Amino acid sequence: MIAPGTQVRVKLNWPETRGPCHIRTPHYVRGETGVVERHLGDFPNPEDLAFARPAAVVSLYHVRFDPKPFWPEGVAPDELVIEIFEHWLEAAP
Amino acid sequence: MSGILETPAERLLEAVRGLLTAKGIMTTDEIAERIRITDGGSPAQGARMVAKAWTDPDYKALMLRDGTAAAEMLAIPMRGLPPLGVLEDTEAVHNLVVCTLCSCYPRAVLGYPPFWFKSAAYRARAVRDPRGLLGEWGTVLPDGQKLRVVDSTADYRWMVLPQRPAGTEGWSEAQLAAIVREGDMIGVTVPKAG
Amino acid sequence: MKDELPRAMHDMGGVTKFMCDPVDTEPHALNDFDKEVDAIRQLLGMKKVMSVDELRRGIEAIPEGDYLRLTYYQRWIRSITDNMLAKGMFTQDELRAALEQLR
Repeated sequence: MIAPGTQVRVKLNWPETRGPCHIRTPHYVRGETGVVERHLGDFPNPEDLAFARPAAVVSLYHVRFDPKPFWPEGVAPDELVIEIFEHWLEAAP
Repeated sequence: MSGILETPAERLLEAVRGLLTAKGIMTTDEIAERIRITDGGSPAQGARMVAKAWTDPDYKALMLRDGTAAAEMLAIPMRGLPPLGVLEDTEAVHNLVVCTLCSCYPRAVLGYPPFWFKSAAYRARAVRDPRGLLGEWGTVLPDGQKLRVVDSTADYRWMVLPQRPAGTEGWSEAQLAAIVREGDMIGVTVPKAG
Repeated sequence: MKDELPRAMHDMGGVTKFMCDPVDTEPHALNDFDKEVDAIRQLLGMKKVMSVDELRRGIEAIPEGDYLRLTYYQRWIRSITDNMLAKGMFTQDELRAALEQLR
């Protein structure tokens, strides 16, 4: 379990380039660093449910980002909060 | 396989309905019942929750802690549905909900997702230029209010608890519920008195 | 630049080509087709025949040209059909025969 306030990085991973998949981590946040707001609960991994495979239960977090650096023009939200599964998170660099 | 999937969708539906019912997977009565139940979900449900939260601090605390329990307390059916999270607007923060990957929407309390929520324009712009997007509704946030966008990507469904508008002092729950619209609970608009 | 990332076509957050598109904020009532597809999807979920994630995967597998051309629930019935065939709930021959009978 990752504690609230922990800095995390979303893995820079592209399963899309390796074959059929179903990913709930938006492309624009991969490789970006944010802060865990809270643990939302534990849910069967949708990446497996999408293929009717046995799905392990994985922890889901609300992760907060400052999205201003994501896009060049500077009109992004002040804060962006996204649900991200633990297997997509790694320690912030 | 791709060829047959390109059959016009209305024909596909008729054929698939026929096969699913012929094979006993579902009945036409079940389909009709499901349509009737789904039609019963509407923004009026969410509006009842918002109005109660505006008048009852204990209910508001419950709603922010456990949206599912708060909905069930008002007899809104939640069994088997994704958990409901509630995002509180304050003078300091305005929340806006989007699902950039598909169209995750708090259907139990708001009904079918509206056309705009499912559009590419909404999904793209909400995370990159949300103030410009709010302009489509004529919504302008006060200076100094932080805009927080919630990308609803996984197993929760999110609704916004907007701020109670000025000029509604002394109103009943029913009067308050009547001014709360669908867009107010997603964050594209804010409720106004009258 | 985010636009150079190998995103999937349904993964639309911040995608430049949509940034100047206006949002149609008018209400659009669902028609009977939309509601029936929605109801069938719910029933398939309740009966554990097809999960919502399988529905989404099927939608995401639609080629981009078709994805952008089809309406929301047209995508759904296409994904439902794709999933039912893949699961063997009915065969392509059965589907073809059912479509023939509609004529």
